[in-house]
Amino acid sequence: MKRFKTTKGLIGIVLLLAIALIAILGPMIIPPEASTAMDMHARRSPPTLIHLFGTDQLGRDLMFRVILGARTSLEIAVSAVVMSVVLGLPLGLISGYFGGLTDNVLMRLVDTLLAFPALLLALTISAVLGPNLQNTIIAIGVAFTPYLARIIRGEALRVAQMPYVEAARSSGTTDIMIMGRHVLPNILPAVIVQGTISLAFAILAEAGLSFLGLGTQPPAASWGLMIQASRDQLDIAPWTAIVPGLAVALTVLGLNMFGDVLRDILDPRAK
Amino acid sequence: MKDIVSVDHLRVEFATDSGPVVGVEDVSFTIAPGETLCVVGESGSGKSVTSLSLMRLVEFGGGAITAGALNFVRADGSTLDVAAAPPEIMGQVRGNEIGMIFQEPMTALNPVFTIERQLTDGLMLHKGLNQPAATARALELLRSVRIPEPERRLKQYPHELSGGMRQRVVIAMAMACEPKLLIADEPTTALDVTIQAEILALINRLKRENGMAVLFITHDMAVVAQMADRVVVMYRGKIVETGTVQQIFEAPREDYTKSLLAAVPKLGEMKGKAAPERMRLIGDEAARATQTAPEPREPQVLLEVRNLTTRFPVKGGILRRTVAQVHAVEDVSFTLNVGETLALVGESGCGKSSCGRSILRLIEPASGEVWIAGRDIGALNRRDLRRARADMQMVFQDPFASLNPYRRLKAQVAEPLQNFGLASGAELEARVLQLFDKVQLPRDFMNRFPHELSGGQRQRVAIARALAVNPKLIVADEAVSALDVSVQAQVLNLMMDLQEDLGLSYLFISHDIAVVERVAHHVGVMYLGRIVEIGPRAAVFDNPTHPYTRSLLSAVPIADPRNRRFADDLNFKPITSPIFPLGHQPAPSLYDQIAPAHYVLRA
Repeated sequence: MKRFKTTKGLIGIVLLLAIALIAILGPMIIPPEASTAMDMHARRSPPTLIHLFGTDQLGRDLMFRVILGARTSLEIAVSAVVMSVVLGLPLGLISGYFGGLTDNVLMRLVDTLLAFPALLLALTISAVLGPNLQNTIIAIGVAFTPYLARIIRGEALRVAQMPYVEAARSSGTTDIMIMGRHVLPNILPAVIVQGTISLAFAILAEAGLSFLGLGTQPPAASWGLMIQASRDQLDIAPWTAIVPGLAVALTVLGLNMFGDVLRDILDPRAK
Repeated sequence: MKDIVSVDHLRVEFATDSGPVVGVEDVSFTIAPGETLCVVGESGSGKSVTSLSLMRLVEFGGGAITAGALNFVRADGSTLDVAAAPPEIMGQVRGNEIGMIFQEPMTALNPVFTIERQLTDGLMLHKGLNQPAATARALELLRSVRIPEPERRLKQYPHELSGGMRQRVVIAMAMACEPKLLIADEPTTALDVTIQAEILALINRLKRENGMAVLFITHDMAVVAQMADRVVVMYRGKIVETGTVQQIFEAPREDYTKSLLAAVPKLGEMKGKAAPERMRLIGDEAARATQTAPEPREPQVLLEVRNLTTRFPVKGGILRRTVAQVHAVEDVSFTLNVGETLALVGESGCGKSSCGRSILRLIEPASGEVWIAGRDIGALNRRDLRRARADMQMVFQDPFASLNPYRRLKAQVAEPLQNFGLASGAELEARVLQLFDKVQLPRDFMNRFPHELSGGQRQRVAIARALAVNPKLIVADEAVSALDVSVQAQVLNLMMDLQEDLGLSYLFISHDIAVVERVAHHVGVMYLGRIVEIGPRAAVFDNPTHPYTRSLLSAVPIADPRNRRFADDLNFKPITSPIFPLGHQPAPSLYDQIAPAHYVLRA
């Protein structure tokens, strides 16, 4: 655990812990009405003592909205990324390890999905399934799967050609064991990096869906929705974009730092 | 004559996260015009750092010259301290007054430029020649390095040339501005032995004709014996010993030099001996005093290969259809007895590795039979094949890539045992301990990860893993080629000890003919997928009959400065392509028996 004590590791962990605490404790302390209560006397108010982070065009307090929106945004983003890893990892692993016909069939499937912009794909899925939290997660998760599968397949292809895989095969290790013991640990760093990056995109994808009326439904708050709403008033009330934008940025920063450190911890060579 | 280069107490440091690390320190030597100075040492000895410092290229690798002087006499007679020269001056010196040849001929040439462009760039920059003059000079250079059809080569790209021709182009580039000093950093390490012989002869001739000084960096004592006038032996960033080549080889003063020389197999030293012999290692004599010849056992066939053929498809067109085939292994037959070593030798691309892999069915042969201990490997289904693999194991070339970096060594050695359910729990632990003892590794290495070990130690782990399931046959594919010479000798001795103790048979695949002479009972020489000559080791080495065997043996450098072979230009026949159109039916391999068990391919 020594390696957590690097500055990077500490910052990453503190950031993530703080965001997780806010997302979990926020809704317990703050009544849900706080995020939708309108203060008509202070519409588009810059940060003041009454509204610490300012207000939006309807006079809703941005601090409460960003705190209460954290849970929705993170729940959707984390679940969607986990789902895309769960789907994409076996797909990419099998494709890259076995190669040949298996690879061809699976990758043509993935390429077909890749041909659609991720957001369009998510939009279609979400429109078919209907707008609710669970379906938003499924939509984003499926839309992100081909990107992950592609990257994992490339890594698996590289690792499958290493002599230690051939050595394992020649000493009678079964394919499933080789994939689990030899290939998987060696592609995990790439999965971690791609996963943390995907999280940021998932938060934004949720915003896109919400904007089109398929994700989080107003007046409930989510970070993505808040960023979308700020679009029309960037020049007169920039804080409406800065506050949720900062929340996304800090989350991704924390995740990236944590991801880097996690990768180092898993790698025995980095001692 | 005045020295052209004098290096005085050079010290180079590398900045790392945990403070500066000394690359080389207190290195001093001189080179006179027309002299070849060889800097020899094992990996990490600082020999490349020294040569890069002379070009001030070491800075691009994160190093810094922190002390010492590097005096170089320039073309106009003035002396330049390279260590303190400003970048503009170094730009004039590099490639102009000092030429350099690198190890990898493919990466030293830019793949998107023609040979003409690569050669003329330097000429136009340093000599101020215009395009036609530079092209004329480029042609002249290609002629001087004896490249066939030089006019055509000018318009070609690097990938269209063979490895040997590429290295000739690299040398032509280094010679373009008629440098007074040529630095050659392992120029032949990546090349086949016949091409190595050609390149060494070429460097010798160019040196003689131009009166150039040569700084030759190598790890190979045999190349040193062939090339050097004087030798600098380096170890861990310091000079161990300096002297003339005769003195170093015949009367080495330092223990390190002695042990280095002892570990080098010398081609021809096994003449008149029937059985393989352990490598000499200083301080190892007591380890196995019982040098009694093993009792001659009744020859018993373990492995029989009949008419083995392996082909790889060459895909082309938009539909990726098979348009041709690489005939990697072509009608190969041989037998290997219990407790003996058969070496397959040959140059890169001759099919020796494919042959070993086909026998283990790591790649599927196209036809032929492989019998191991009375079982037809080719006829086994997947499940039985997996079981049969307990009898036949493999040791790979690269000790850095053949172990999984994410798993503890204990787990990796135990894996074959678990695969076959041979041991579990405390018994498994005990078996792994035994295996570590058997390959002479400390037991506490069990809990380490591969990166914590040196190359030689890793190769011992790979051998332990191969031994885990008590195999009868071990295919050793260039198993010692990536190791330093003293480590190589230790691993070879370990392999020979294990053979004696356990009655193992080795299929020893190697390009290193001097090593093969030492360890093999039988030798098969491969060329273009076929065995061109096979027989008892003594018969093949003492009476090489096939023309290819002869040229191969004549190209091997010998670690003896009194037996120099590469004075004049050599031109070996380049190996032709093993790619044939679909449906090509090659003639079967027919052999003449010229002595008991000694067969030669009929032309």
